[in-house]
Amino acid sequence: MRRETLTVIGADAVGPYTLLRFRRGRLEAGSPGQFFMLESPGRLLPRPMSLCLAPPGELAFLIDPIGPGTAALAALERGDRIGVLGPLGNGFQLDVRRPLLVGGGIGIAPLPYLSEVLRRPRVALGFRTDHHAEAAALLPGADVVVEPRLVTELLEPGDDVLACGPEPMLRAIARLAPTAQLAWEAPMACGFGACHGCAVEVDGEWKRLCVEGPVLCAS
Amino acid sequence: MRVLNASGCLDALAAPAVARSLDVFVTKTITPLPRGGNAPVRIAETDVGMLNSIGLANPGRDRFLAEHLPRLLELGVPIWISVGGFSAAEYAETCGLLSGDDVAAVELNLSCPNVEEAPETAAEIVAACRSATQLPLYAKLSPGTPDIADSARAVEAAGADGLSLVNTIRGLAFDERLQPKLASGTGGLSGPALKPIALACVHACRRATELPVVGMGGIATGRDALEFVAAGATDVAVGTALFADPGLLARLRTEFEAALAATEPTPADPQPGLDGFNSENTLQIGANERV
Repeated sequence: MRRETLTVIGADAVGPYTLLRFRRGRLEAGSPGQFFMLESPGRLLPRPMSLCLAPPGELAFLIDPIGPGTAALAALERGDRIGVLGPLGNGFQLDVRRPLLVGGGIGIAPLPYLSEVLRRPRVALGFRTDHHAEAAALLPGADVVVEPRLVTELLEPGDDVLACGPEPMLRAIARLAPTAQLAWEAPMACGFGACHGCAVEVDGEWKRLCVEGPVLCAS
Repeated sequence: MRVLNASGCLDALAAPAVARSLDVFVTKTITPLPRGGNAPVRIAETDVGMLNSIGLANPGRDRFLAEHLPRLLELGVPIWISVGGFSAAEYAETCGLLSGDDVAAVELNLSCPNVEEAPETAAEIVAACRSATQLPLYAKLSPGTPDIADSARAVEAAGADGLSLVNTIRGLAFDERLQPKLASGTGGLSGPALKPIALACVHACRRATELPVVGMGGIATGRDALEFVAAGATDVAVGTALFADPGLLARLRTEFEAALAATEPTPADPQPGLDGFNSENTLQIGANERV
Protein backbone atom coordinates (compact mmCIF):
# COMPACT_ATOMS: atom_id res chain seq x y z
CA MET A 1 0.00 0.00 0.00
CA ARG A 2 1.66 3.14 -1.23
CA ARG A 3 0.35 6.66 -1.69
CA GLU A 4 1.79 9.05 -4.22
CA THR A 5 0.83 12.27 -5.90
CA LEU A 6 0.26 11.38 -9.55
CA THR A 7 0.00 13.64 -12.57
CA VAL A 8 -2.94 13.49 -14.95
CA ILE A 9 -1.74 12.90 -18.49
CA GLY A 10 -5.13 12.56 -20.13
CA ALA A 11 -8.85 12.78 -19.49
CA ASP A 12 -10.74 11.26 -22.40
CA ALA A 13 -14.52 11.11 -22.84
CA VAL A 14 -15.80 7.54 -23.32
CA GLY A 15 -19.56 7.86 -23.76
CA PRO A 16 -20.78 9.54 -20.54
CA TYR A 17 -17.68 8.40 -18.68
CA THR A 18 -14.17 9.84 -18.43
CA LEU A 19 -11.05 7.74 -18.80
CA LEU A 20 -8.62 9.43 -16.43
CA ARG A 21 -4.99 8.58 -17.19
CA PHE A 22 -2.09 9.17 -14.81
CA ARG A 23 1.66 8.89 -15.04
CA ARG A 24 2.18 5.88 -12.83
CA GLY A 25 5.05 7.06 -10.62
CA ARG A 26 6.23 4.29 -8.34
CA LEU A 27 2.79 2.77 -7.81
CA GLU A 28 2.31 -0.85 -8.82
CA ALA A 29 -0.61 -1.67 -11.08
CA GLY A 30 -1.60 -4.66 -8.94
CA SER A 31 -3.85 -7.38 -10.29
CA PRO A 32 -7.15 -6.86 -12.15
CA GLY A 33 -10.03 -6.14 -9.79
CA GLN A 34 -7.84 -4.41 -7.24
CA PHE A 35 -8.59 -0.74 -6.66
CA PHE A 36 -7.06 2.60 -5.74
CA MET A 37 -8.27 5.49 -3.60
CA LEU A 38 -8.23 8.69 -5.66
CA GLU A 39 -8.11 12.03 -3.89
CA SER A 40 -11.14 13.99 -5.00
CA PRO A 41 -10.32 17.70 -5.28
CA GLY A 42 -12.34 19.79 -2.84
CA ARG A 43 -13.83 16.77 -1.09
CA LEU A 44 -13.01 15.34 2.31
CA LEU A 45 -12.75 11.69 1.30
CA PRO A 46 -11.04 9.93 -1.60
CA ARG A 47 -13.03 7.75 -4.00
CA PRO A 48 -12.38 4.04 -4.67
CA MET A 49 -11.73 3.20 -8.33
CA SER A 50 -10.70 -0.11 -9.81
CA LEU A 51 -7.88 0.04 -12.28
CA CYS A 52 -9.20 0.12 -15.85
CA LEU A 53 -6.02 -0.01 -17.89
CA ALA A 54 -2.33 -0.31 -17.10
CA PRO A 55 -0.28 0.65 -20.16
CA PRO A 56 3.47 0.93 -19.50
CA GLY A 57 4.12 3.87 -17.18
CA GLU A 58 0.42 4.66 -16.79
CA LEU A 59 -2.58 3.95 -14.61
CA ALA A 60 -6.05 4.67 -16.01
CA PHE A 61 -9.41 4.81 -14.25
CA LEU A 62 -12.92 5.02 -15.69
CA ILE A 63 -14.97 7.68 -13.91
CA ASP A 64 -18.76 7.98 -13.93
CA PRO A 65 -19.55 11.51 -12.70
CA ILE A 66 -22.55 10.67 -10.55
CA GLY A 67 -21.82 12.83 -7.50
CA PRO A 68 -19.64 15.70 -6.33
CA GLY A 69 -16.57 13.52 -5.79
CA THR A 70 -16.66 11.70 -9.10
CA ALA A 71 -17.58 14.94 -10.89
CA ALA A 72 -14.48 16.58 -9.44
CA LEU A 73 -12.39 13.66 -10.67
CA ALA A 74 -13.97 13.75 -14.13
CA ALA A 75 -13.17 17.47 -14.31
CA LEU A 76 -9.44 16.92 -13.81
CA GLU A 77 -7.26 18.09 -16.65
CA ARG A 78 -3.89 17.16 -18.02
CA GLY A 79 -1.19 18.37 -15.63
CA ASP A 80 -3.41 18.27 -12.52
CA ARG A 81 -2.02 16.29 -9.60
CA ILE A 82 -3.86 14.24 -6.97
CA GLY A 83 -2.98 11.74 -4.27
CA VAL A 84 -3.50 8.10 -5.24
CA LEU A 85 -3.30 5.17 -2.80
CA GLY A 86 -3.03 1.57 -3.88
CA PRO A 87 -3.28 -1.05 -5.14
CA LEU A 88 -5.79 -2.23 -2.54
CA GLY A 89 -8.03 -5.22 -1.89
CA ASN A 90 -8.20 -8.58 -3.59
CA GLY A 91 -8.59 -8.85 -7.35
CA PHE A 92 -9.93 -11.64 -9.53
CA GLN A 93 -8.46 -15.12 -9.38
CA LEU A 94 -6.98 -15.66 -12.79
CA ASP A 95 -6.70 -19.47 -12.93
CA VAL A 96 -9.97 -19.92 -14.81
CA ARG A 97 -10.64 -22.42 -17.59
CA ARG A 98 -13.34 -20.75 -19.69
CA PRO A 99 -13.47 -17.09 -18.67
CA LEU A 100 -16.41 -14.88 -19.52
CA LEU A 101 -16.06 -11.27 -18.43
CA VAL A 102 -19.39 -9.65 -17.64
CA GLY A 103 -19.81 -5.94 -17.08
CA GLY A 104 -22.78 -3.69 -16.46
CA GLY A 105 -22.59 0.08 -16.87
CA ILE A 106 -19.65 1.64 -15.03
CA GLY A 107 -18.95 -1.90 -13.80
CA ILE A 108 -16.99 -2.44 -16.99
CA ALA A 109 -14.21 -0.38 -15.35
CA PRO A 110 -11.93 -3.26 -14.26
CA LEU A 111 -12.56 -5.39 -17.36
CA PRO A 112 -10.16 -3.86 -19.92
CA TYR A 113 -7.18 -4.61 -17.67
CA LEU A 114 -8.60 -8.03 -16.79
CA SER A 115 -9.15 -8.78 -20.49
CA GLU A 116 -5.55 -7.91 -21.27
CA VAL A 117 -4.17 -10.15 -18.52
CA LEU A 118 -6.44 -13.06 -19.54
CA ARG A 119 -5.45 -12.57 -23.21
CA ARG A 120 -8.75 -11.29 -24.52
CA PRO A 121 -11.39 -13.81 -23.45
CA ARG A 122 -15.10 -13.47 -24.31
CA VAL A 123 -16.76 -10.36 -22.93
CA ALA A 124 -20.44 -9.57 -22.39
CA LEU A 125 -21.51 -6.03 -21.57
CA GLY A 126 -24.83 -4.45 -20.68
CA PHE A 127 -25.70 -0.76 -20.66
CA ARG A 128 -28.66 1.53 -19.87
CA THR A 129 -28.50 3.51 -23.11
CA ASP A 130 -26.69 3.61 -26.43
CA HIS A 131 -24.68 6.57 -25.14
CA HIS A 132 -23.43 4.51 -22.17
CA ALA A 133 -22.72 1.63 -24.56
CA GLU A 134 -20.09 3.76 -26.31
CA ALA A 135 -17.81 2.66 -23.48
CA ALA A 136 -17.78 -0.82 -25.04
CA ALA A 137 -15.03 0.63 -27.26
CA LEU A 138 -12.70 -0.12 -24.35
CA LEU A 139 -13.32 -3.85 -24.96
CA PRO A 140 -13.18 -4.49 -28.72
CA GLY A 141 -15.13 -7.53 -29.81
CA ALA A 142 -17.42 -7.61 -26.77
CA ASP A 143 -21.05 -8.73 -27.07
CA VAL A 144 -23.12 -5.72 -26.07
CA VAL A 145 -26.76 -5.44 -25.02
CA VAL A 146 -28.72 -2.32 -24.15
CA GLU A 147 -31.74 -2.24 -21.84
CA PRO A 148 -34.37 -3.65 -21.90
CA ARG A 149 -32.12 -6.57 -22.82
CA LEU A 150 -30.03 -7.83 -19.93
CA VAL A 151 -26.46 -9.02 -20.00
CA THR A 152 -27.36 -12.18 -18.08
CA GLU A 153 -28.95 -13.59 -21.26
CA LEU A 154 -25.42 -13.92 -22.69
CA LEU A 155 -24.27 -16.38 -20.00
CA GLU A 156 -23.82 -20.01 -20.99
CA PRO A 157 -23.46 -23.10 -18.80
CA GLY A 158 -19.80 -23.82 -18.11
CA ASP A 159 -18.66 -20.21 -18.23
CA ASP A 160 -16.22 -19.11 -15.54
CA VAL A 161 -17.85 -15.75 -14.97
CA LEU A 162 -15.84 -12.76 -13.74
CA ALA A 163 -18.25 -9.89 -13.30
CA CYS A 164 -18.59 -6.33 -12.13
CA GLY A 165 -21.72 -4.20 -12.25
CA PRO A 166 -24.78 -3.03 -10.36
CA GLU A 167 -25.95 -5.11 -7.45
CA PRO A 168 -29.10 -6.54 -9.14
CA MET A 169 -26.91 -7.77 -12.00
CA LEU A 170 -24.42 -9.39 -9.62
CA ARG A 171 -27.23 -11.07 -7.66
CA ALA A 172 -28.74 -12.40 -10.90
CA ILE A 173 -25.35 -13.77 -11.98
CA ALA A 174 -24.86 -15.38 -8.56
CA ARG A 175 -28.10 -17.32 -9.10
CA LEU A 176 -27.11 -18.42 -12.62
CA ALA A 177 -23.41 -19.06 -11.99
CA PRO A 178 -22.66 -19.98 -8.37
CA THR A 179 -18.91 -20.14 -8.99
CA ALA A 180 -18.78 -16.65 -10.51
CA GLN A 181 -16.28 -14.13 -9.17
CA LEU A 182 -18.11 -10.90 -8.46
CA ALA A 183 -16.58 -7.47 -7.88
CA TRP A 184 -18.81 -5.50 -5.49
CA GLU A 185 -18.82 -1.87 -4.54
CA ALA A 186 -19.83 0.08 -1.46
CA PRO A 187 -19.26 3.53 -0.03
CA MET A 188 -15.75 3.50 1.39
CA ALA A 189 -13.88 6.17 3.33
CA CYS A 190 -10.41 4.65 3.54
CA GLY A 191 -9.86 1.56 1.37
CA PHE A 192 -7.54 -0.14 3.86
CA GLY A 193 -9.80 -1.68 6.48
CA ALA A 194 -9.98 1.24 8.88
CA CYS A 195 -13.45 2.73 8.56
CA HIS A 196 -15.73 -0.35 8.38
CA GLY A 197 -17.92 1.67 6.03
CA CYS A 198 -17.87 -0.88 3.22
CA ALA A 199 -18.91 -3.92 5.25
CA VAL A 200 -21.45 -6.22 3.61
CA GLU A 201 -23.14 -9.25 5.15
CA VAL A 202 -22.30 -12.43 3.25
CA ASP A 203 -23.85 -15.65 4.55
CA GLY A 204 -24.28 -14.19 8.01
CA GLU A 205 -20.73 -12.86 8.20
CA TRP A 206 -19.68 -9.26 7.80
CA LYS A 207 -16.90 -8.66 5.32
CA ARG A 208 -15.12 -5.41 4.61
CA LEU A 209 -15.09 -5.16 0.83
CA CYS A 210 -11.85 -3.21 0.86
CA VAL A 211 -9.75 -5.91 2.53
CA GLU A 212 -11.76 -9.11 2.01
CA GLY A 213 -13.07 -8.06 -1.42
CA PRO A 214 -13.92 -6.29 -3.57
CA VAL A 215 -13.96 -9.55 -5.55
CA LEU A 216 -15.89 -12.29 -3.76
CA CYS A 217 -17.01 -15.72 -4.93
CA ALA A 218 -20.75 -15.83 -5.65
CA SER A 219 -21.37 -18.91 -3.51
CA MET B 1 2.27 15.99 22.48
CA ARG B 2 1.54 12.45 21.44
CA VAL B 3 -0.48 11.62 18.33
CA LEU B 4 -3.05 8.84 18.64
CA ASN B 5 -5.70 7.52 16.31
CA ALA B 6 -9.31 8.19 17.18
CA SER B 7 -10.92 4.91 18.22
CA GLY B 8 -12.52 3.09 15.32
CA CYS B 9 -10.49 4.95 12.72
CA LEU B 10 -7.73 2.41 12.17
CA ASP B 11 -7.41 -1.37 12.03
CA ALA B 12 -3.82 -1.83 13.19
CA LEU B 13 -3.71 -5.42 11.97
CA ALA B 14 -4.89 -4.47 8.47
CA ALA B 15 -2.52 -1.46 8.29
CA PRO B 16 0.38 -2.15 10.69
CA ALA B 17 2.69 0.46 9.16
CA VAL B 18 0.13 3.17 9.85
CA ALA B 19 -0.28 1.93 13.43
CA ARG B 20 3.48 2.05 13.95
CA SER B 21 3.51 5.69 12.88
CA LEU B 22 1.38 6.55 15.94
CA ASP B 23 2.58 7.23 19.49
CA VAL B 24 -0.35 5.22 20.83
CA PHE B 25 -2.77 2.90 19.07
CA VAL B 26 -6.36 3.05 20.33
CA THR B 27 -8.46 0.00 19.48
CA LYS B 28 -11.92 0.00 18.03
CA THR B 29 -14.44 -0.15 20.87
CA ILE B 30 -14.71 -3.60 22.40
CA THR B 31 -18.06 -4.76 23.80
CA PRO B 32 -18.70 -7.91 25.86
CA LEU B 33 -20.47 -9.69 22.99
CA PRO B 34 -19.53 -9.70 19.28
CA ARG B 35 -21.33 -7.11 17.17
CA GLY B 36 -21.73 -7.19 13.40
CA GLY B 37 -22.63 -3.54 13.37
CA ASN B 38 -25.35 -1.59 11.63
CA ALA B 39 -26.80 -2.31 8.19
CA PRO B 40 -25.20 -0.53 5.23
CA VAL B 41 -25.11 2.23 4.01
CA ARG B 42 -22.84 3.08 6.94
CA ILE B 43 -20.89 6.13 5.83
CA ALA B 44 -21.60 9.29 3.90
CA GLU B 45 -19.59 12.34 3.02
CA THR B 46 -21.10 15.74 3.74
CA ASP B 47 -19.83 19.10 2.53
CA VAL B 48 -17.47 19.61 5.47
CA GLY B 49 -17.56 16.31 7.27
CA MET B 50 -18.36 12.65 7.27
CA LEU B 51 -21.21 10.72 8.84
CA ASN B 52 -20.76 7.20 10.08
CA SER B 53 -23.07 4.69 11.60
CA ILE B 54 -20.90 1.61 12.01
CA GLY B 55 -22.59 0.54 15.22
CA LEU B 56 -19.60 -0.66 17.27
CA ALA B 57 -18.78 -3.62 15.02
CA ASN B 58 -16.23 -5.70 16.95
CA PRO B 59 -15.36 -9.34 17.59
CA GLY B 60 -16.45 -9.23 21.23
CA ARG B 61 -14.36 -9.18 24.38
CA ASP B 62 -13.32 -12.83 24.53
CA ARG B 63 -12.20 -13.15 20.94
CA PHE B 64 -10.49 -9.76 21.06
CA LEU B 65 -8.45 -10.75 24.10
CA ALA B 66 -7.61 -14.22 22.79
CA GLU B 67 -6.89 -13.46 19.15
CA HIS B 68 -6.50 -9.74 18.46
CA LEU B 69 -4.68 -8.32 21.47
CA PRO B 70 -1.66 -10.68 21.25
CA ARG B 71 -1.16 -9.64 17.63
CA LEU B 72 -1.58 -5.95 18.47
CA LEU B 73 1.11 -6.24 21.14
CA GLU B 74 3.56 -7.44 18.51
CA LEU B 75 3.33 -4.03 16.84
CA GLY B 76 5.44 -2.51 19.59
CA VAL B 77 3.15 0.51 19.96
CA PRO B 78 1.51 1.34 23.32
CA ILE B 79 -2.08 0.10 23.22
CA TRP B 80 -5.14 1.78 24.63
CA ILE B 81 -8.27 -0.33 24.71
CA SER B 82 -11.52 1.41 23.92
CA VAL B 83 -14.17 -0.19 26.11
CA GLY B 84 -17.90 -0.04 25.44
CA GLY B 85 -20.97 -1.60 26.96
CA PHE B 86 -24.65 -1.29 27.62
CA SER B 87 -24.41 -1.01 31.41
CA ALA B 88 -21.82 0.15 33.90
CA ALA B 89 -21.30 -3.48 34.94
CA GLU B 90 -20.40 -4.45 31.37
CA TYR B 91 -17.80 -1.72 31.12
CA ALA B 92 -16.35 -2.67 34.50
CA GLU B 93 -16.20 -6.39 33.66
CA THR B 94 -14.13 -5.69 30.56
CA CYS B 95 -11.83 -3.34 32.47
CA GLY B 96 -11.28 -6.04 35.06
CA LEU B 97 -10.01 -8.42 32.36
CA LEU B 98 -7.30 -6.07 31.09
CA SER B 99 -3.75 -6.37 32.34
CA GLY B 100 -1.36 -3.50 32.87
CA ASP B 101 1.35 -5.68 31.35
CA ASP B 102 -0.35 -5.43 27.97
CA VAL B 103 -2.42 -2.31 28.03
CA ALA B 104 -1.22 1.26 28.56
CA ALA B 105 -4.65 2.74 29.26
CA VAL B 106 -8.38 2.26 28.87
CA GLU B 107 -10.56 4.68 26.99
CA LEU B 108 -14.19 4.44 28.04
CA ASN B 109 -16.46 5.06 25.07
CA LEU B 110 -19.25 6.85 26.90
CA SER B 111 -20.66 8.58 23.90
CA CYS B 112 -21.25 6.48 20.77
CA PRO B 113 -24.09 8.23 18.91
CA ASN B 114 -24.99 5.09 16.94
CA VAL B 115 -26.03 2.61 19.63
CA GLU B 116 -28.23 2.69 22.71
CA GLU B 117 -26.55 4.13 25.74
CA ALA B 118 -26.07 2.51 29.12
CA PRO B 119 -28.65 3.75 31.63
CA GLU B 120 -26.01 5.00 34.03
CA THR B 121 -24.32 8.40 33.80
CA ALA B 122 -20.77 8.75 32.53
CA ALA B 123 -19.58 9.32 36.08
CA GLU B 124 -21.31 6.16 37.34
CA ILE B 125 -19.65 4.12 34.60
CA VAL B 126 -16.25 5.64 35.40
CA ALA B 127 -16.76 4.87 39.10
CA ALA B 128 -17.62 1.23 38.32
CA CYS B 129 -14.53 0.87 36.13
CA ARG B 130 -12.34 2.63 38.68
CA SER B 131 -13.10 -0.09 41.19
CA ALA B 132 -12.32 -2.77 38.57
CA THR B 133 -8.89 -1.64 37.33
CA GLN B 134 -5.78 0.29 38.22
CA LEU B 135 -5.14 1.15 34.59
CA PRO B 136 -5.35 4.80 33.57
CA LEU B 137 -8.95 5.56 32.58
CA TYR B 138 -9.71 8.08 29.87
CA ALA B 139 -13.36 9.10 29.58
CA LYS B 140 -14.45 9.83 26.02
CA LEU B 141 -17.23 12.37 26.16
CA SER B 142 -19.83 13.52 23.68
CA PRO B 143 -19.81 17.06 22.33
CA GLY B 144 -23.60 16.79 22.45
CA THR B 145 -23.60 16.88 26.25
CA PRO B 146 -25.47 19.99 27.43
CA ASP B 147 -22.59 21.05 29.70
CA ILE B 148 -19.44 19.10 28.94
CA ALA B 149 -17.46 20.86 31.70
CA ASP B 150 -19.95 19.49 34.20
CA SER B 151 -19.49 15.99 32.78
CA ALA B 152 -15.72 16.43 32.94
CA ARG B 153 -15.85 17.45 36.59
CA ALA B 154 -18.13 14.50 37.36
CA VAL B 155 -15.89 11.89 35.71
CA GLU B 156 -12.84 13.43 37.36
CA ALA B 157 -14.52 13.08 40.76
CA ALA B 158 -15.42 9.48 39.86
CA GLY B 159 -11.78 8.62 39.29
CA ALA B 160 -11.01 9.27 35.62
CA ASP B 161 -7.34 9.93 34.82
CA GLY B 162 -7.94 11.79 31.59
CA LEU B 163 -10.43 12.92 28.99
CA SER B 164 -10.78 12.06 25.30
CA LEU B 165 -12.52 14.97 23.63
CA VAL B 166 -14.59 14.55 21.58
CA ASN B 167 -16.59 11.75 20.07
CA THR B 168 -18.67 12.43 16.95
CA ILE B 169 -21.88 14.42 17.20
CA ARG B 170 -25.15 13.14 15.74
CA GLY B 171 -25.95 14.37 12.26
CA LEU B 172 -28.23 13.65 9.31
CA ALA B 173 -27.65 13.94 5.57
CA PHE B 174 -30.07 13.47 2.67
CA ASP B 175 -29.40 12.18 -0.81
CA GLU B 176 -30.77 13.83 -3.95
CA ARG B 177 -34.10 11.98 -3.52
CA LEU B 178 -34.38 13.42 0.01
CA GLN B 179 -33.79 10.04 1.59
CA PRO B 180 -31.29 9.72 4.48
CA LYS B 181 -27.92 8.74 3.06
CA LEU B 182 -27.31 6.34 5.96
CA ALA B 183 -29.47 3.24 6.45
CA SER B 184 -29.77 4.10 10.13
CA GLY B 185 -30.91 7.64 9.34
CA THR B 186 -28.57 9.57 11.58
CA GLY B 187 -24.88 9.00 12.21
CA GLY B 188 -21.87 10.50 13.94
CA LEU B 189 -20.45 13.61 12.29
CA SER B 190 -16.66 13.91 12.11
CA GLY B 191 -14.13 15.86 10.10
CA PRO B 192 -13.64 19.63 9.68
CA ALA B 193 -17.23 20.40 10.73
CA LEU B 194 -16.48 19.01 14.18
CA LYS B 195 -13.30 20.98 14.83
CA PRO B 196 -14.64 24.23 16.33
CA ILE B 197 -17.04 22.24 18.49
CA ALA B 198 -14.25 20.00 19.71
CA LEU B 199 -11.96 22.96 20.40
CA ALA B 200 -14.63 24.57 22.56
CA CYS B 201 -15.10 21.29 24.47
CA VAL B 202 -11.36 20.89 25.07
CA HIS B 203 -11.09 24.47 26.22
CA ALA B 204 -14.05 24.19 28.59
CA CYS B 205 -12.88 20.90 30.11
CA ARG B 206 -9.30 22.10 30.65
CA ARG B 207 -10.63 25.07 32.57
CA ALA B 208 -12.96 22.85 34.59
CA THR B 209 -10.61 20.00 35.57
CA GLU B 210 -7.00 19.07 36.13
CA LEU B 211 -7.25 16.12 33.77
CA PRO B 212 -5.00 15.67 30.73
CA VAL B 213 -6.95 15.83 27.49
CA VAL B 214 -6.60 13.96 24.21
CA GLY B 215 -8.06 16.41 21.74
CA MET B 216 -9.69 15.23 18.54
CA GLY B 217 -12.24 16.36 15.98
CA GLY B 218 -11.29 17.41 12.48
CA ILE B 219 -7.52 17.41 12.93
CA ALA B 220 -5.95 17.14 9.49
CA THR B 221 -2.90 19.41 9.69
CA GLY B 222 -0.17 20.37 12.13
CA ARG B 223 -1.87 23.75 12.54
CA ASP B 224 -5.09 21.97 13.59
CA ALA B 225 -3.14 19.98 16.18
CA LEU B 226 -1.51 23.19 17.45
CA GLU B 227 -4.93 24.78 17.89
CA PHE B 228 -6.01 21.84 20.06
CA VAL B 229 -2.87 22.25 22.14
CA ALA B 230 -3.65 25.96 22.42
CA ALA B 231 -7.11 25.05 23.67
CA GLY B 232 -5.55 22.84 26.33
CA ALA B 233 -5.07 19.39 24.82
CA THR B 234 -2.13 17.37 26.12
CA ASP B 235 -2.24 14.95 23.21
CA VAL B 236 -4.16 14.80 19.96
CA ALA B 237 -5.85 12.11 17.89
CA VAL B 238 -6.63 11.85 14.19
CA GLY B 239 -9.56 10.05 12.65
CA THR B 240 -11.31 11.06 9.47
CA ALA B 241 -8.17 12.64 7.99
CA LEU B 242 -6.40 9.30 8.39
CA PHE B 243 -8.95 7.72 6.03
CA ALA B 244 -7.94 10.14 3.29
CA ASP B 245 -4.20 9.81 3.87
CA PRO B 246 -2.74 6.94 5.88
CA GLY B 247 0.65 8.67 5.64
CA LEU B 248 -0.76 11.65 7.54
CA LEU B 249 1.27 11.21 10.72
CA ALA B 250 4.69 12.16 9.36
CA ARG B 251 3.30 15.22 7.62
CA LEU B 252 1.31 16.27 10.68
CA ARG B 253 4.34 16.16 12.96
CA THR B 254 6.45 18.19 10.54
CA GLU B 255 3.68 20.72 10.09
CA PHE B 256 3.12 20.91 13.83
CA GLU B 257 6.72 21.79 14.52
CA ALA B 258 6.70 24.40 11.76
CA ALA B 259 3.43 25.89 13.02
CA LEU B 260 4.79 25.95 16.56
CA ALA B 261 8.02 27.63 15.48
CA ALA B 262 6.00 30.24 13.61
CA THR B 263 3.90 31.04 16.67
CA GLU B 264 4.73 34.40 18.21
CA PRO B 265 5.87 33.85 21.81
CA THR B 266 3.76 35.77 24.31
CA PRO B 267 5.37 37.88 27.10
CA ALA B 268 4.13 35.56 29.82
CA ASP B 269 5.61 32.52 28.11
CA PRO B 270 8.58 33.72 26.08
CA GLN B 271 9.92 30.33 24.99
CA PRO B 272 7.01 28.02 24.33
CA GLY B 273 9.14 25.15 23.08
CA LEU B 274 7.56 21.81 22.34
CA ASP B 275 8.07 20.71 25.93
CA GLY B 276 6.07 23.69 27.12
CA PHE B 277 2.96 22.27 25.57
CA ASN B 278 1.90 19.92 28.28
CA SER B 279 -0.84 19.82 30.84
CA GLU B 280 0.98 22.17 33.20
CA ASN B 281 1.79 24.84 30.70
CA THR B 282 -0.60 25.26 27.84
CA LEU B 283 -0.63 28.18 25.47
CA GLN B 284 -1.96 31.40 26.98
CA ILE B 285 -5.53 30.84 26.04
CA GLY B 286 -5.60 27.86 28.36
CA ALA B 287 -3.39 29.19 31.15
CA ASN B 288 -4.89 32.65 31.59
CA GLU B 289 -8.49 31.63 31.46
CA ARG B 290 -8.30 28.68 33.78
CA VAL B 291 -10.57 29.19 36.77
